[in-house]
Amino acid sequence: MRYIRGFRDGASAAALAGLLAEAVDPRRDYHLMEFCGGHTHAIFRYGVEDLLPPNIRLVHGPGCPVCVLAVPRLDAAIELAAQPGVTLVSYGDMLRVPASRRRNLMKARAGGADVRMVYSVLEALRIATDNPLRQVVFFAIGFETTTPASAFLILEAARLGLTNLSVYCNHVVTPAAIMSILDSPSVREWGQVRVDGFIGPSHVSAVIGSRPYEYFAEEYQRPVVIAGFEPLDVMQATLMLVRQLNEGRASVENQFTRGVTREGNQKAQALVAEVLELRPSFEWRGLGELPYSGLRIKRDYAAFDAERRFQMPIRPVAENAACLCPAIIRGVSKPTDCKLFATACSPREPVGSCMVSAEGACAAYYKYRGGALRVAS
Amino acid sequence: MCLAVPVRVTALVDEQRVEVEIGGIHTRISTALIDAVAVGDYVIVHAGFAITRLDVAAAEESLALFEEIAAHMRRQHHALHPRLS
Repeated sequence: MRYIRGFRDGASAAALAGLLAEAVDPRRDYHLMEFCGGHTHAIFRYGVEDLLPPNIRLVHGPGCPVCVLAVPRLDAAIELAAQPGVTLVSYGDMLRVPASRRRNLMKARAGGADVRMVYSVLEALRIATDNPLRQVVFFAIGFETTTPASAFLILEAARLGLTNLSVYCNHVVTPAAIMSILDSPSVREWGQVRVDGFIGPSHVSAVIGSRPYEYFAEEYQRPVVIAGFEPLDVMQATLMLVRQLNEGRASVENQFTRGVTREGNQKAQALVAEVLELRPSFEWRGLGELPYSGLRIKRDYAAFDAERRFQMPIRPVAENAACLCPAIIRGVSKPTDCKLFATACSPREPVGSCMVSAEGACAAYYKYRGGALRVAS
Repeated sequence: MCLAVPVRVTALVDEQRVEVEIGGIHTRISTALIDAVAVGDYVIVHAGFAITRLDVAAAEESLALFEEIAAHMRRQHHALHPRLS
């Protein structure tokens, strides 16, 4: 536990807050985006924002895989789960995410569909071997942290010659999302979102390394500091970003030295490259179609691709117009700007995905910023 | 979703699996995504897979730096606000 608790020490946090107060230039402000929902939650859970000087603004980014999954793709999974003979296996995060017409996988299961929640793809493998007469489909979502496990699952299925296991691949890639934020009209033209620098993902970077960020730090002149998920990590990374911005630098720095190297985990990268390839374009909730931002299963492994094995039509849907999730994912709006926040939408009865996920910004505000109080009043 | 925790390897099961411990809880995880590990190593686990080793030397270096910053700020505080007693 030393390598968890040690990074939550209160005295060190207070000291880092002191250093930050000395480091900031009072004549300017600093708009920093934490890309990951994991960071958003650490920031709220430990009250990091209250320790920062008032001229540091944190902008919450789209790094919540559940939040950015396009609703039509979730609809397709729910429809697939309802087919006879199909067992849909999913990480728990997905089960309560609202699809169109307020459906979700949990309700589909209550309605008789065989939907199973797992912690690891290894359980999906076991379900497939234990149930040879059922078509087992793994609902794969997530950023680069999660992708290698899905690649491993496909390779294992191939090695074991399983004919009843396939993967519905919805994996997305981080650098493309960051670039799309910087390219989006709300940043470039409308000036609604200002991002001076990025607190970069820790576990995504453990897999892909710090190198993929170098291009856009240079190209877009925005510093990136890869940070661990504990509060001291976030504060130290913030200090590193402030120093870079004060010095007019825009480079990639690594605060999470205990888990990230420049090259990343090459073995995991090789597994992913063997099985998956970039899609020319992929739809993100809130960000729209982003070029080369999602992964699909390569032709060599087509036998394990649920989208080839089954009819999975992706039909466009109209989203609940009152739900601000798309704008929150882009960093344009805050959860408290949404009329539904803590009224019609709560973790118990979520309307939008940002309220469901343990990484969603709305869930963080609700849990740690007294959403419950607002309901009571 | 990207949450992952550092755990200590307590036993090797086979080529691709090890037993790990965190806070008194023991479980088995896959090491298929990383190179060989030894008992006593720390790895970072996500969804049943070690996604990387935890670099213990780097972690200790970070912790030592945080302690040093805290001690420095304490000294500065005492210099500015000496106790009267």
